Amino acid sequence: MSRTVTLQSLDPRVSRLEIAAEQEPFEGVPEGSHLQTFEVFHQAKSGARHIHVGSIHAPNAEMAMVFAKEQYARRSQCVNLWVVKSSEIIAFSPDDADLFATTPDKDYRDASGYKVMQKILAWKQRLQQEQSQSQQSQP
Amino acid sequence: MIEHRHALEDLLFRMADDALIYGHRNSEWTGLAPILEEDIAFSSIAQDKLGHALALYRMLADMGHAQPDTLAFTRNEREFRCCQLVELPTQDYAVALMRHALFDIAEQIRYEMLESSAFRPLAELARKVRGEIKYHVFHATSWLRMLGSNGTDESRARMQAALDMLFPYALGIFEPSRYDEELSTSGIFPGEAELQHRWLDEIVPVLENSGYRVPSLDAVEPVYGGRSGYHSEHLGPLLDEMTAVFRLDPDAEW
Repeated sequence: MSRTVTLQSLDPRVSRLEIAAEQEPFEGVPEGSHLQTFEVFHQAKSGARHIHVGSIHAPNAEMAMVFAKEQYARRSQCVNLWVVKSSEIIAFSPDDADLFATTPDKDYRDASGYKVMQKILAWKQRLQQEQSQSQQSQP
Repeated sequence: MIEHRHALEDLLFRMADDALIYGHRNSEWTGLAPILEEDIAFSSIAQDKLGHALALYRMLADMGHAQPDTLAFTRNEREFRCCQLVELPTQDYAVALMRHALFDIAEQIRYEMLESSAFRPLAELARKVRGEIKYHVFHATSWLRMLGSNGTDESRARMQAALDMLFPYALGIFEPSRYDEELSTSGIFPGEAELQHRWLDEIVPVLENSGYRVPSLDAVEPVYGGRSGYHSEHLGPLLDEMTAVFRLDPDAEW
């Protein structure tokens, strides 16, 4: 580890640690040596989708299950949990947020963009009128 | 069941007192367990045990005994029927976890046996708590593996020392009762000897597969006495502390 160029932070406590600015690439935490982060997904009833509810620290997958049960399923209805190592989640980079930037403008892709309710109401009104007319014409 | 009243009461007091004292002891780790996630899990398990104790004291109240709070907070040490295993203080988390495994696997088998009990309230309770106790055992055995076969030299040594210290007390769970025969023939509960037999079948492979040496049965003297009211020096102080708030105002409405 080179000590010539140290990491300068806005937090003086970090700067005082004299951490080398150039670091070896991070190789990950060896299994069981330290706590890792797992993402937890909660299923409220059989057949429902699993919904991400938060994360948890645990030394391995089994302990993540043990902890997730009490952490995320001790109060509300639950039939199953998934735990997934956070490092195994494949995600877009925050820098790529511009990929999604114009989506809100494209409301024609949103089902609520169609004014269906007005058509339904108009049709119901017409149907009612037709029914009342046919009743009047009966002897 | 009225003809087997004394036998049934004896069984209920033994189970309820175990659950209460064990739950109280484990709740002492609330806020102190090694990491936050474990703190929540272990506290939640302790709370489940207090729930089991309440359900069992209610059965006793329904049979004409005092209300659950009175039974839990006003009896003296000699009236308690818990085994000495559950009274022991646990300054080392390894001891808390090893006791958890030894005791909860016995609880799981006991409630399994009770699912077909001729005393219906017990059979119903046994079915109700099955899932809870399954989790308690899952929690305990996961830690056994984590600190044993998947652990370090230090974690294995501390857990092994806890096992060696606790094993004679664990055998005390199954202290013979003078009602064993009656409980068995009346179909209420097959008895402590049968339970111990099934517990050994289960716990020995679990411990061995998790990297521990199980003490030889011939070399171990079971710690009996708890079931007839003879306790370790630790139960008295525990009761003093547990009942301190209740004694301030026994008639208070909670």
